[in-house]
Amino acid sequence: MSDASIDVKAETRLDLLVNFWKHFRTNKGAVIGLYFFIGLILVAVFAPLIAPHSPIEQYRDAFKAPPVWMEGGSWKFILGTDAVGRDILSRIIFGSRYSLFVGVVVVSIALSVGIFLGLLAGTFRGWVDTIIMRIMDVILAFPSLLLALVLVAILGPTLVNAMIAIAIVQQPYYVRLTRASVISEMSREYVMAARVSGVRTPRLMFKTVLPNCMAPLIVQAALSFSTAILDAAALGFLGVGAQPPTPEWGTMLAESREFILNAPWIMAFPGFAILITVVAINLIGDGLRDALDPKLKRS
Amino acid sequence: MLRLILKKLGLLIPTFIGVTLTSFFFIRLLPGDPILLLAGERGVSPERYAELQAKFGYDQPIFMQYLDFLAKLFQGDLGVSFSTKQPVVQEFFTLFPATVELAVCAIVFAVLFGLPAGIFAAIRRGKTVDHTVMTTALVGYSMPIFWWGPALIIIFSGFLGWTPVSGRISNMFWIESTTGFMLIDTLFYSDEPGAFMSAVMHLILPTIVLGTIPLAVIARQTRSAMLEVLDEDYVRTARAKGLSSFRIIGIHALRNALIPVVTVIGLQIGVLFAGAILTETVFSWPGIGKWMVDSIFRRDYPVVQGGLLMIAAIIMVVNLIVDLTYGLVNPKIRHTE
Repeated sequence: MSDASIDVKAETRLDLLVNFWKHFRTNKGAVIGLYFFIGLILVAVFAPLIAPHSPIEQYRDAFKAPPVWMEGGSWKFILGTDAVGRDILSRIIFGSRYSLFVGVVVVSIALSVGIFLGLLAGTFRGWVDTIIMRIMDVILAFPSLLLALVLVAILGPTLVNAMIAIAIVQQPYYVRLTRASVISEMSREYVMAARVSGVRTPRLMFKTVLPNCMAPLIVQAALSFSTAILDAAALGFLGVGAQPPTPEWGTMLAESREFILNAPWIMAFPGFAILITVVAINLIGDGLRDALDPKLKRS
Repeated sequence: MLRLILKKLGLLIPTFIGVTLTSFFFIRLLPGDPILLLAGERGVSPERYAELQAKFGYDQPIFMQYLDFLAKLFQGDLGVSFSTKQPVVQEFFTLFPATVELAVCAIVFAVLFGLPAGIFAAIRRGKTVDHTVMTTALVGYSMPIFWWGPALIIIFSGFLGWTPVSGRISNMFWIESTTGFMLIDTLFYSDEPGAFMSAVMHLILPTIVLGTIPLAVIARQTRSAMLEVLDEDYVRTARAKGLSSFRIIGIHALRNALIPVVTVIGLQIGVLFAGAILTETVFSWPGIGKWMVDSIFRRDYPVVQGGLLMIAAIIMVVNLIVDLTYGLVNPKIRHTE
C-alpha cells in the first residue's frame, strides 16, 4: 500500500521534470544559454587542466603582450598579457570559478533567508509581517549598489563580504515574492484541509505551502544569479570586492583602467566574459520563466 | 484616491524612520575613529580629543546622538564634510544637477530608442526585426556598464577621436554655474562660442552608458505590453472598422500599452542612481555617484550619512509619485488597494 503511494509520487515528480524539460526545450535561446552555462561549469572545475599558465605568474619578458591575432602577439599568450605580464586567458579561466561561486553563494543565502522571512510574514501576518516588510522597504529605498558598497566598507573589502552585502540587498525580492505566494496559497482549500486535520504550523509552512510557491522563486533565483555576478564584478571594479592578485573578472577590469587606451585587450576580455556569462544566465532565466510560470510569460 | 494617498504616505513614514536609522548607525559601524581621521597625521592631544568629542556630540549616549541627528535633519542640517569643510546639504545640491542632467539625458535616450524598438518588435512579432530587437535588448540588459563605458571610450575616444574621455566640459572653458545644468548654463548664460557643443560632446558617451539598461528594460516592457494590448477586443474592433494600422497602433493600442511602460520608466530611478555610481566613476563625472564613492573611500562620515539619506529620500518620493500616477491612470489599482 505504502509502496504504491511512493511509486505514484516518484512518477509524478519525473513527469513534472519531463514536462518542464519539454517546455524549456522549445526556447532555443534558453537551451543555448544552458549549454554555455554547463560549459562554464566545466571550465571552472577543470581550470588547472585547461589554463595554459598560472593565473598569478608574472612573465617579466612579456608585459602587455597583445593577443595572438594582433601584431606582436604570440600563441604563448593567446589573449595577451596584462600590465604585469600575467596571461589573460588563464586569468579569465580561473576567474570563472569566482563568478560561479559568487552566484551560488549569493543566491543560496538570499533564497534561504528570503524564503524563511517571507514564509514568516505570509503565515503569521500582523506585526511580524509589518516589521519584516518595513525592513525590506528600507533596504529597497537605497540604490542596491550603493548599499552594498557601504556594507562592504563596514565589513571590510573582501570577496566574502561583497557576497554577504549583495545577498542582503537582494533579500527584499525573495521576501516579497514568497510572502505574496504564501498569502494567496493560504486561502486555498488544501491548506484549509491540512489545518483542519491538525497539521502544525511549521509543517504547514515548509511542507504544505512552500512547494507550491517555488516556481516564481526559481525564476527569481536564476535572474538574481546574474545580478549577483554583475554586482560582485562592479564592487571588484570599484576596488572593494575581491582583492588583487585574485583573477576575479571585475577586479581584472579595475586593474586595467589605466591602460585602456594603450593596451585595450587587458580590459576587453574580462568584461566580455562577464557579459556573455550574464547573457547566458538571463537566457536560462527567461526560459525558466516561460516553462515554470505561464502567468508571467511574455507572450 | 485620497485613501490611496494616505495609505501610501502612512507606509512611507516608518520606511523613512528606518532610512534615518540605517544611515545613522551604518556610519557608527564603519571602522576608524572619525576624530582621529579628522585630525589627520598630526594626531591630536587627549584634551583636544575630548573637546572635539564634546563638539560633535560623540560623548553623548548613542540614542541622544540619534535624536540630535534627527533634530538637525529637520532643520536641513546634515553636518559638515570632513574633507571639504562644506555643509553636506550644500555640497549635495552643488553636485546634484550634474547627476540629474546625466540621468535625464539617459532616460530620454532610453525612451527615444526603447519605445519604438519595442513597438516594432511587437508589430513584427516572430520576424527578424523582433529577434534582433529582443537579442539586442537582452545584451543591453546584461551589460556590465563599468566595462561598456571604457569599451566606448576605446572606440570613440581612442580610435575615432570623436568624443572626450571624461569630465563635463573641456578645460578651455570656464563656465560660471548658474543653474548647475551644464547644457543650460552654456546655452543661455555663457557667450563663449563652442562651450555648448563641448558640453554636448562630453554628455554623449555617459548618456549611452547610463541609458543602456533602461533602454533594454523599456524595449522589453513595451513589446510585451503591446503584444498584450494587440490581442484585445477593442483592437480587433478597430481593425474591423477598417482603421489604418497607424491609427490602430499609434492611437488605440499604444495609449493603453503605455500604462505599464510609464511605471517601468519611473521605477528606473533607483537603477539610474546605482548606474550613476559606476558611470560617474568611469567618466570622472562630478555628480552624486562619484561623490558618494569618493566619500566612502575617504571615510568622510557626514557625507556618506547625509548622502545615503538624501538619495533614499529622493527614491522614496519618486516611487510614491509613480505609485500614485499609476493609481490615477489605472482604476483597478485604486479600488483593490
